[in-house]
Amino acid sequence: MSAYDAAIIGAGHNGLVCAAYLARAGWRVVVLEAADAPGGAATTAEFSPGFRVPACAHLLHALHPRIVRDLKLARHGYALAASGLATIALAADGRHLRLAEASAPSAIRARSAADAEAWPRLAARLGRMAKALAPFLAQTAPRLGTDSWRDRMTLGRLGLAIRRLGREEAREFLRIVGMNVADLVEETFEDDLVRGAVACDAVLGARLGPRSPGSVFTLLYRIAHQGGRGVALPKGGMGGLTRALADAASRAEIRTRAPVARIVVENDRAVGVALAGGEVVPARLVVSSADPRTTFLDLLGTAHLDTGFVRRVRNVRMNGVAAKLHLALDGLPAVAGLEAGDLGGRLIVAPGVDAIERAFDASKYGEVSAEPLIEAVIPSLHDSGLAPAGKHVLSAIVQYVPYDLAGDWEALREAAMNRAIDRLEGVLPGLRGHVVAAEMLGPRDLERRFRMAGGHWHHGELALDQAFMLRPVPGAAQYATPVAGLYLCGAGGHPGGGVSGLPGFNAARRILATEERP
Amino acid sequence: MTTPAPVPPAVLGTPFDTRTAAANGAGEWSRWAGYRTASVYTLTSLEHAAVRNTAALFDISPMIKYRIAGSDAVPFLDRLLTRNVGKIAVGRAAYALWCDDHGKVIDDGTLFRLEDGVFQLNAQERHLPWLRDSAIGFSITIADVTDTIAALALQGPTSCAVLKALGLAGIETLKPYRLETFDFAGEPLVVSRTGYTGDLGYELWIAPAKAEALWDALMEAGALHGITPAGGQALELARIEAGFIQTNVDFMSIDRALRPSRGRSPFELGLGWLVDLEKGHFNGRRALLAEREAGSRYRLVGLDVAHNKPAAHALIYRGRGGREVGSVTSAAWSPTLKRNLALATLRADRAGDGSDLWADIYVAKELKWEKIRATCRILERPFFNPPRRWATPPADR
Repeated sequence: MSAYDAAIIGAGHNGLVCAAYLARAGWRVVVLEAADAPGGAATTAEFSPGFRVPACAHLLHALHPRIVRDLKLARHGYALAASGLATIALAADGRHLRLAEASAPSAIRARSAADAEAWPRLAARLGRMAKALAPFLAQTAPRLGTDSWRDRMTLGRLGLAIRRLGREEAREFLRIVGMNVADLVEETFEDDLVRGAVACDAVLGARLGPRSPGSVFTLLYRIAHQGGRGVALPKGGMGGLTRALADAASRAEIRTRAPVARIVVENDRAVGVALAGGEVVPARLVVSSADPRTTFLDLLGTAHLDTGFVRRVRNVRMNGVAAKLHLALDGLPAVAGLEAGDLGGRLIVAPGVDAIERAFDASKYGEVSAEPLIEAVIPSLHDSGLAPAGKHVLSAIVQYVPYDLAGDWEALREAAMNRAIDRLEGVLPGLRGHVVAAEMLGPRDLERRFRMAGGHWHHGELALDQAFMLRPVPGAAQYATPVAGLYLCGAGGHPGGGVSGLPGFNAARRILATEERP
Repeated sequence: MTTPAPVPPAVLGTPFDTRTAAANGAGEWSRWAGYRTASVYTLTSLEHAAVRNTAALFDISPMIKYRIAGSDAVPFLDRLLTRNVGKIAVGRAAYALWCDDHGKVIDDGTLFRLEDGVFQLNAQERHLPWLRDSAIGFSITIADVTDTIAALALQGPTSCAVLKALGLAGIETLKPYRLETFDFAGEPLVVSRTGYTGDLGYELWIAPAKAEALWDALMEAGALHGITPAGGQALELARIEAGFIQTNVDFMSIDRALRPSRGRSPFELGLGWLVDLEKGHFNGRRALLAEREAGSRYRLVGLDVAHNKPAAHALIYRGRGGREVGSVTSAAWSPTLKRNLALATLRADRAGDGSDLWADIYVAKELKWEKIRATCRILERPFFNPPRRWATPPADR
């Protein structure tokens, strides 16, 4: 008789969401976290005395409202420091573009009247398509070719949801879903900054350039996740959210500094985990929020799996291309062309389709982009607790810094950091002069720090061939794995990365629906 | 005039090529894994007669051979193969098969345990990608040693006597499915008491440099024991008499099958005795457990077919002119058993208890096709299993 009904590997947001739902259902749950504190890649970290930044993920754009509601996160301290952040597409010539929900067309009109007309039309169209997909993110992906009525119903509803878009819209969906985003924005807009802003959303966090096939799918997926709620910053940084999640999961036991070394299998069934120190934690089920490669190849071991399955796991594309730049600033520059408050928006350096594609090109050959694509936020503008009074922190995603570099990352780090700061300086003149400390984390650092193979914060590329019933691989796409008693609940499973909590939510529901109650 | 560039050979000779070519009066060759081997040297019936009455010598060098070595060799092979490898002692040979994730057979072969952590896996087809991917997470090395080991099969009632005459001291004490290493002209000669004929027989494994010398020495030592070079057709007849199945003939390797439904499990091939479901995880185990619960879809059987025409490719019916229940994959008139033998795959849901089976045999009689409806009776395999195959020491004749 195990002391626990479930041992959850990793106290990242998905592990915590899963723990909270299982504990709520009366399960005895232990969460085993290698780091000193829960949170995983959704934490706030002090990188320089007094300066705190979101250590990996830095914007909330996907957290599912149902989770906030079910787990009563507000009661556990979850609050937003800012929401509905406008996207500011920064331009080197100072003609920055402010893309806020309602006022975007009028801002675009200064650059192109035609684009001002086209913007709301495309936004509405993509919104409708994304809305058709959205419900399928918050449920287990259906299997193909099974007799299960549940799978058939889900597949049927998916087809119906697309058909319900109407004949013209369904046709347009089929036309664009496998397309590249460059073609889509080039047929829709004439201004390169507008095109770049859309393309940026399609490729952010992905090993894709705007001309890579499937980049419209990633864009739609992102919009489906956002569900019209825009992007937000949690109070206290990302760690603010995961502290609330940990609190909501307080009926579960959360053990930090407890790195899991392996999953214990007896008679072809997972029966617990062994910690690095040798301690064995027995549990009726093991639920892993670690990425699929780590879970299957390192923690479980290939001896418990079939060769074909191992092949599929090894073929999951999970080498990251996104780096993280953190800047401690003793002040903010006054930037011509920006209105008050604009610096508090979501700042992107994506000056055009070709500029992003060129940045991506480098990564194909194991090189760091000379002029990277950047998404930056200055969360201290909304949350004064993150930096000493009058000072600020900037958090940026910098692409492309490939995991599989042609050279040694330690030797390239400094140059890569300077390129990113130069890129920001080009659109925010004077920024460099305010930098008092800086940190650059490449995929190799993220891999080490957050224990994600390949340093990919989605635990594997989000792409058509790695989504829905194909995520992470057939045979494990419904959270259950080939080994009885072992489940996945991390971003490697459907619906993937981003701080959505949905993989943890879906996994918990699946477990509660299929496993015996305690 | 320019001379066209020579076309590189698409087929290679084996290390015995000079000898097999010299012996091949019939001039009939076939291609085996990129090598040419004789299908017929003189006359298949004579060569087959040697298998059952004296000793037949087959060149089996193209057999694919993998050397698997390392501290994890046993766990690796236990995960790869369906049988319990830990139970195979050093110096033993074992028949084995391996499956994909769905419990469908990829291939069968023989496994030699040469040393504690060193094995040789012999198979009909190449499998390096599958073996290498199966090695992920195991501390082993895999080498394709097909080209570095020349191989002969010496099969038939006088085969032991031939090897004694060759000077292999103590060969008569070698039991079936055992290996022993001898010295031949300063080179190690591995002899396994294995074969594909169902008769007393041995397989000989040696460095290619000594191949021709070994062939010559065997032919000399066997001269008074009726040694006869034999080709692929005689081997085919002998293996059907024994009731042995062949990959991609009696079932499709799931690695080659384009239609997933063509895959067959060990249970469906009648090889359930090679599956150890209790030994721990191995490739396909979960699928095989499920199949054991749900039942198999097919059943491979041996048939004794009435009439004297081989029932090659015949469809099998339940009841004369009744419902189709399966088809024949291999068939031959057995000169040894004087029976019309066949291997057939039947649908488990239609074949019932296996009684009242009929084969439709199509026969061309001087270009005129006739259909023969012949009754079939399920026969236990191996069809031919003489005591000498298992006797130690074997009789000299």
